Amino acid sequence: MQKISAEMKKRASELLASGEVSRVIGWAEGDFCYDCSPATFTAENIDKLVYTDFCGANLSKYLIKESKKEGKILVFLKPCDTYSFNQLIQEHRIVRENIYVIGIPCDGKLDYDKFKFFDIEGVLGAESNGNELTVDTIYGKKTVNKEEVMLEKCLCCKGKKHMVYDELIGEEGELKESSRFSMVEKLEAMTEDERYAFWQGELSKCIRCNACRNVCPACSCENCVFDNPESNIASKANANEFEEKLFHIIRAWHVAGRCTDCGECSRVCPQNIPLHLLNRKFIKDMNTFYGEYQAGEDTETRAPLNSYKLNDREAYEFDKEGK
Amino acid sequence: MQVENKEFKPKIVAFCCNWCSYAGADLAGSSRLSYPAEVKIIRIPCSCRLNPMFILKAFQRGADGVILCGCHPGDCHYTTGNYFARRRMTTLFSMLNYLGIEKERTRVEWVSAAEGAKFSVVMNDFVKTITELGENKRLEDLRCKR
Amino acid sequence: MMKISVKNLPELYAKIAEENSLYIPINNKGNVNFKKWEQGALVDLDRLKTVKSAKDVFFPQSQDLVNFEVNGKEIKVGEQVLPTDKQVIFGVRGCDAKSFEILDMAFLEDFGDKFYEARRENTTIITLACGRPDEACFCKVYGIDAADPKGDITTWIVDGYLYWMPNNDKGYDLTAKVKDLFALGNDDDKVEAYKTEIRSIIDKLPYSHLNLKGFDAEHLMEKFDSKKWNELSEACLGCGTCTFVCPTCQCYDIKDFKTNKGVERFRCWDSCMFSDFTKCAHGNPRTTQLQRFRQRFMHKLVYFHSNHGVYSCVGCGRCVQKCPSMLNIVKVIKALGEDNKDE
Repeated sequence: MQKISAEMKKRASELLASGEVSRVIGWAEGDFCYDCSPATFTAENIDKLVYTDFCGANLSKYLIKESKKEGKILVFLKPCDTYSFNQLIQEHRIVRENIYVIGIPCDGKLDYDKFKFFDIEGVLGAESNGNELTVDTIYGKKTVNKEEVMLEKCLCCKGKKHMVYDELIGEEGELKESSRFSMVEKLEAMTEDERYAFWQGELSKCIRCNACRNVCPACSCENCVFDNPESNIASKANANEFEEKLFHIIRAWHVAGRCTDCGECSRVCPQNIPLHLLNRKFIKDMNTFYGEYQAGEDTETRAPLNSYKLNDREAYEFDKEGK
Repeated sequence: MQVENKEFKPKIVAFCCNWCSYAGADLAGSSRLSYPAEVKIIRIPCSCRLNPMFILKAFQRGADGVILCGCHPGDCHYTTGNYFARRRMTTLFSMLNYLGIEKERTRVEWVSAAEGAKFSVVMNDFVKTITELGENKRLEDLRCKR
Repeated sequence: MMKISVKNLPELYAKIAEENSLYIPINNKGNVNFKKWEQGALVDLDRLKTVKSAKDVFFPQSQDLVNFEVNGKEIKVGEQVLPTDKQVIFGVRGCDAKSFEILDMAFLEDFGDKFYEARRENTTIITLACGRPDEACFCKVYGIDAADPKGDITTWIVDGYLYWMPNNDKGYDLTAKVKDLFALGNDDDKVEAYKTEIRSIIDKLPYSHLNLKGFDAEHLMEKFDSKKWNELSEACLGCGTCTFVCPTCQCYDIKDFKTNKGVERFRCWDSCMFSDFTKCAHGNPRTTQLQRFRQRFMHKLVYFHSNHGVYSCVGCGRCVQKCPSMLNIVKVIKALGEDNKDE
C-alpha cells in the first residue's frame, strides 16, 4: 500500500510539474489511520496525498463540481469507482476532457465502524499483513481477520478491473464473480411478514441525515425532490415510519438502472442501515427481467428503465417462476 | 357476495390513462355496467406519467389499493409510453413486495377505450381482492388518519 | 456511596421504569442508541458513545407542536399538549451531560421553550463515568471531567459493581425509591483509584490538549475571513450526519404537514449543512457549501462563545468518527488555531 501511495504521489507531482494537470483529487492524510478525507491538491500540498486501507470514499462524485472548473484535474480511481465515473459520463454530468484518470489497485477497504464488533476502541493505527490486521489502540494491540472489518462493498467486490483509465498504476486486474445477491435472495425467500419486520427494523433506524443521498454518485440532481418544500415531504424529520419508507424507496428508485452498486450509501450511513440491499434488489430484478446489465460498464448501453421490449413481462408477473 | 368484514369499505385509487382506460371507464358508465363506488379515478395523460411517488402518496393519504390502467401494449397514444410504464411498475411493485407490502395491493391492467366491460370486471375484482386483504397498514401514515 | 452488582441491573431498570420512562443505551443490531427501556431490551452500558447523542430525550428529532382542523373556511386550533411524562435517562456520559447545560442556554435563556422546559423538569439524569475513553475524545479541552461526570446522580462501574452517588434533590428522590436494591458500598478508595486511572488515560489522548486560544469574539473577523475554509470544506457533502449526531446542535425547522383533515405543525432538527437552511422568501443568504460549513464551526467555536461564554462543543468526538468525508471540528480547530498560524 505504501509503495502505491508513493508512486501515486510521484506521478501526481510529475503531472503537476509538467503542467498536464493543474489539480489533483485524492485522499488527504488525517490525524488517525482512518480519517483520510477526499481533497484536492496542487503542487504546494501534494505531499499530504495518501492512499491507505481506509480510502473507501468514491471520488467520482466530486468530479461533478471539480471537472467544471478551469484546468485539467487528475483523479485517482479504484476499480469500483470507475463504474460511477462511466455512469456520470453517460449522463453528461462530468466533463471528460478536463479529467485525467489514473487507475489504482485496491485490495479491499476497511470499515472503521466494524471495529466496535471486536471491542476495538481507541484506534491509533492499523497495519495489515496479508489477511491479518493489527490495530494499535490506546488499550494495546489487537489482531483481527481483515475480511471481518472490511466495508460491505468490498466483501462483494465486482473485480479488480478498471472500466476506464488514462493510465494505470499496478497491473490490469480481472473481473470477479461475487455473491452480492445472496442477502437479497435470503430476503426474497422470507415470507411477506418477515420481510416487513426486517425492513421495519432497519428503516426505523434512519435519522434522515441524507448522507446516503448526498454521497451517491448517481444522485446528482441540482435540486432533489426531497428538498422541494412543495412536495409535503418531511425531508429532514424522522417523522414516522411511512416517511422513512417513502424516502428509501424513492431514493433507491431514482437511481435504479443507474446505480453501479458502488456501496457508498451503506458505507456512510451512521446507523448502518443496509441500504445496498435496496439497490441490489432493483439490480437483481432488472437483471432477471430484462437481461444482465451493469451500470457504468461502458458509456453507451441504455439502462433497462430507459428502454423496453415488446414482449416484456407484465407487472403482475414479477414473482412468477421461470424468470 | 360474501365478505368477512362488512364494515370495511376499501379506498381504491385508479390511475387511468386519458386515451384508453379513462374512455373505457366512460364506456362502462354509458353502458350501465356498474363498478364499485370505492374506486376513485384519477386521469393521467399516459400510463407512463405515473410517478412512483403518486402511488406512495396515495397510500399515505389512505388508499388501500392502487391500480394503474393504460392502453394495451402497442396501442399507446404516444407510441411507447406504456412500454416504459410496464417496466417501471414491474420493478417498483417487486420492490414494494420486497419491503413486505402485500403484492395484491398494487396492480396494472391494460384497458382499451372499447373495453367498458373489462373495466367493470377489473374494478369489481380488484375491490373484492382488497376487501379481503383488509386495511392498508404497512404503508399508512397515521398523521393522515387522526 | 451505594453499590449494586452489575448482574442485578435489570432489576434496577425495572424498578425505575415502574414510575418513569427510562431511556438507556440499547443495542440494536450493533448500533447503540438511547431508547426507551422495555423488559428484555439489550442494554449496553459498555459502548462508549451512542450513535445519536442523548439530546433526543429533551429535544426529540421530530416533535408535534399543534394541529389545526380545517373545515371549509373555519380553522380550529387544537390544544397544545406539553409532555408530562416522568423520565429518567441512564448512562449519560460526561460530554452529553455537559451538552444539556449548553442546550439550556439556547432553549431556556430569554424565552423558555415550553416543550424543552417541561421535559427538562421531568427528567432525572444519571451519568456514567467513561471507563475506556477513545482516541477521538477531547472533552478535557472543554474542562469536562469524564471520570466524575455531573448529573443528578453519578455512577461508576468498577469490578462488576455499579457505584451510585446522588448529587442533588432530584437524585435523592429517585435514590429513595430504589435504595432497597442497593448495598452500602464502602469502596470509596476503589472508585477514587478508578477516577485517577481514567484521568491519566484522558491526559494522554491525542486530542486532549487542543489549543482553543484565539477562538473568541475578538478574533471573529480573522477567523471568518480565513482562507483555509476553502480547503477545510471542499470535501463536505452537505449531509446532516455531523449535526444529527452532535449533542449540542440545537437548530430546528418548523414545518406544516397537510393531513387529510387539516394541518399538523411540527418541528424537526435542521442542519446548517443542508442547502435549504436559512432559505427565506428572497432566497438563501448562504449559497455555497463553504458558507454553510463555516457557519457550523463559527457558531460552535466563536459566535456561541461570544454570546454565552462557553463553546458549543463538548468534545464527544462523534463527528470525528461519523463524517462520511472525515471532516470535523478538530481539523478546523487545528487549522485555524494559534498553533498553526502562518497567514
